[in-house]
Amino acid sequence: MAKIVLTVDDSRSMREMVAFTLRKAGYEVREAEDGQKAIAILQTARADVIITDLNMPVMDGVALIRALRADPKHRSVPILMLTTESNEAKKAEGKTAGATGWLVKPFDPEKLIDVVKRVSP
Amino acid sequence: MNFDHLRTTYFEESAELLESAYSHLAALSENRADDDTVHALFRAIHSIKGGGGAFGFDRLVALAHVMETLLDLLRDGALAFDAQLTGLLLRGTDMLADLVAAERDGNTLPPGVEAELANAFGQAASKGGAPQEIKASVAALPSVPTEAASGWHIHFRPHPALFRNANEPLLLVRELRRMGPVTTVVDLSQLPTLDLLEPEDAYITWNFTLEAAVPRAKVEDVFEFVADDCDLAIVPIAEAVFAGDASEITEEHSPALVQQRAVSRTDTPAAQSVRVDVGKVDRLVNLVGELVINQAMLVQLGGQLPPDLCPGLIAGLETLSQHLRELQDGVMAIRTQPVRSVFARMPRLVRELTAQLGKEARLIITGEATEIDKNVVEQLADPLTHLLRNALDHGIEPPDTREAAGKPRVGTIHLSAEQRSSRIVIELNDDGRGIDRARVLDRAKERGLIAPDAVLTDTEIDELIFLPSFSTASVVSAVSGRGVGMDVVRRNIQALGGRIAVESRFGSGSRFLLSLPLTLAVMDGLVVSVGADSFILPISAIVESLRPAAADIQNLPDRRAVLCIRGGYVPLLPLHQRLGVRGAVTDFSRAIVVIVESDHGGRLGLVVDDLVGQQQVVVKSLDANYGPIDGIGGATILGDGRVALILDIPSLAAGGNVPPSDPQPAFETSASLH
Repeated sequence: MAKIVLTVDDSRSMREMVAFTLRKAGYEVREAEDGQKAIAILQTARADVIITDLNMPVMDGVALIRALRADPKHRSVPILMLTTESNEAKKAEGKTAGATGWLVKPFDPEKLIDVVKRVSP
Repeated sequence: MNFDHLRTTYFEESAELLESAYSHLAALSENRADDDTVHALFRAIHSIKGGGGAFGFDRLVALAHVMETLLDLLRDGALAFDAQLTGLLLRGTDMLADLVAAERDGNTLPPGVEAELANAFGQAASKGGAPQEIKASVAALPSVPTEAASGWHIHFRPHPALFRNANEPLLLVRELRRMGPVTTVVDLSQLPTLDLLEPEDAYITWNFTLEAAVPRAKVEDVFEFVADDCDLAIVPIAEAVFAGDASEITEEHSPALVQQRAVSRTDTPAAQSVRVDVGKVDRLVNLVGELVINQAMLVQLGGQLPPDLCPGLIAGLETLSQHLRELQDGVMAIRTQPVRSVFARMPRLVRELTAQLGKEARLIITGEATEIDKNVVEQLADPLTHLLRNALDHGIEPPDTREAAGKPRVGTIHLSAEQRSSRIVIELNDDGRGIDRARVLDRAKERGLIAPDAVLTDTEIDELIFLPSFSTASVVSAVSGRGVGMDVVRRNIQALGGRIAVESRFGSGSRFLLSLPLTLAVMDGLVVSVGADSFILPISAIVESLRPAAADIQNLPDRRAVLCIRGGYVPLLPLHQRLGVRGAVTDFSRAIVVIVESDHGGRLGLVVDDLVGQQQVVVKSLDANYGPIDGIGGATILGDGRVALILDIPSLAAGGNVPPSDPQPAFETSASLH
């Protein structure tokens, strides 16, 4: 069964980029445009890896990570956050909240696949 | 989906993001920003940068990056907004828009055009305490040690909390294995007895030996995510000496606990939307159009049946018509779009042009939420840009001149849009010098556009500027002289089924009025018969219809006729003469007069044989298949399958009141002007 990746980003092109790359690599991809929508999706659907942006309206990435880690159901789901090199503080915040790893934007497709493999068998 | 598709999405999204950035900047400069404004602005620039990076648009990424750094400081309150910063951000957004457009169109901007701006951002950010990290990060890249060895000893002792973030040591081992053969020695000394074991803690320490000549950085990469949660030592095989305590080799980390900022947002619900290919919508529109024709046919056939033959039929047909109209409104609404997307480009134009021309002007925009057909919105950009450019270049005077004339130094341009029944009216007002009629008249005579002794009304003089050969060559400037005249503006607007008019008061300003149809595809029409032919009149133009009494019709000496109605006179235009139809009713008192009104408020009585009925018609362009015909706006297919021409009232009104001599050949293009 294909692994399911949930990509959470308010930027449609970012979501499509992630989805496009991972689908080509054989993953099944679901998309959410903010933290709240991601949580709504996870109520009914499974995700093996979650990739989330940090800056999003409604519910940002850090809040999403914190909410997921507080829920026993999602405590062991690998969560990757997308950051920019300019924001070390934000990265630390995400990590403290419980992010498994991170990807520095911009990234190339191979890097994305490598990192997803690194956190999920 | 392919890569091109991703690019398209990126450019579409960037356009939306830039638009939102502009509107947030406008809010900031008008002091109506709230907490979320700067966050949203940050996100917009951030997303443009993020996507841009994925496509390798390095220049725009670099600029977005410095903007983002500044916005980050503003967001955190390390810096406060002022007019200067807002201005800088506006210029940055302008440049970013240019860079995005250049990537989209495959152009390259001259190298370094953004350098000065990028520096300005760097300087502004450094005031907020940001390290000059651009230079730092660029400098840091090459200095990363690319140390290599024949293999590595890796000491990996996870902290108990390693699993909390869903990290999995097994995967790290697998990743190491991919680089080369790995021998593993497991240290279980920290493993407690079962009763003391916390199932979610990490207790095991690993010592790996990786026999592969890979750079140290690659090995470090494997442990990138866990580096903070473990003691890690990576030592080249040759120096295979493990320190008992590896902590000194471990990087010093100070996980600065960033205080969580209370993010209070006034939840502005984003408009929920579905992205649909325009082609699909167009198909729907066409289908609905065909349905409308089909329905008209059914109604016509139904009308011929004896009513008692099938009693429910007429009622059923009526319900069908009703639903069809709703369907049509619904489908049309999909195609409409706020004019905002075009209006939003104008403030920038004003900023740039005022700077270039040494003038001062402010642009007030109202009614930008007015919706109009998507195709129309897109094609409004050029004409509006031209009009605005003209207003700034020729209309608004230099500040000193304005002051001398007793006007405020800062000129005002008002751009507005509103819906008036089935049309959208866009107005561009300026309080500049207005049209210099004497000069326009001189020029027109000079060019032989009008007779040397012609006497024209003010309105007629103003209209001269729309003539094709009324070149503004002698008043060309770097701003206006782009080889596009007002005639092109008028042609563009007419191609959209619209009209343009100008009103001007010398010394106090000009007003351009653009009137555009709400939708291009379907309209309500009145079917009239002239001889054996049927024609369609747009309902929106019709004032009233009547059968005139013979006594009310007066013939003027020049063989024109007027209808006397309620004490006023309306010039009559017999359609059969204008359009060259034979076999029509020629006795006015046995015909019907349809009084129509043109945009200027002028009235005209069209003489037709009979009124056939009112119906919705699907407008088919003649231009695409035949060519523009004076007096005809398009064609449609009637319920019985016949083609009927749709009359264009303004051009009938303009070319209409020529004295009728012999019946003119059909559709002769009127050469007369006013």
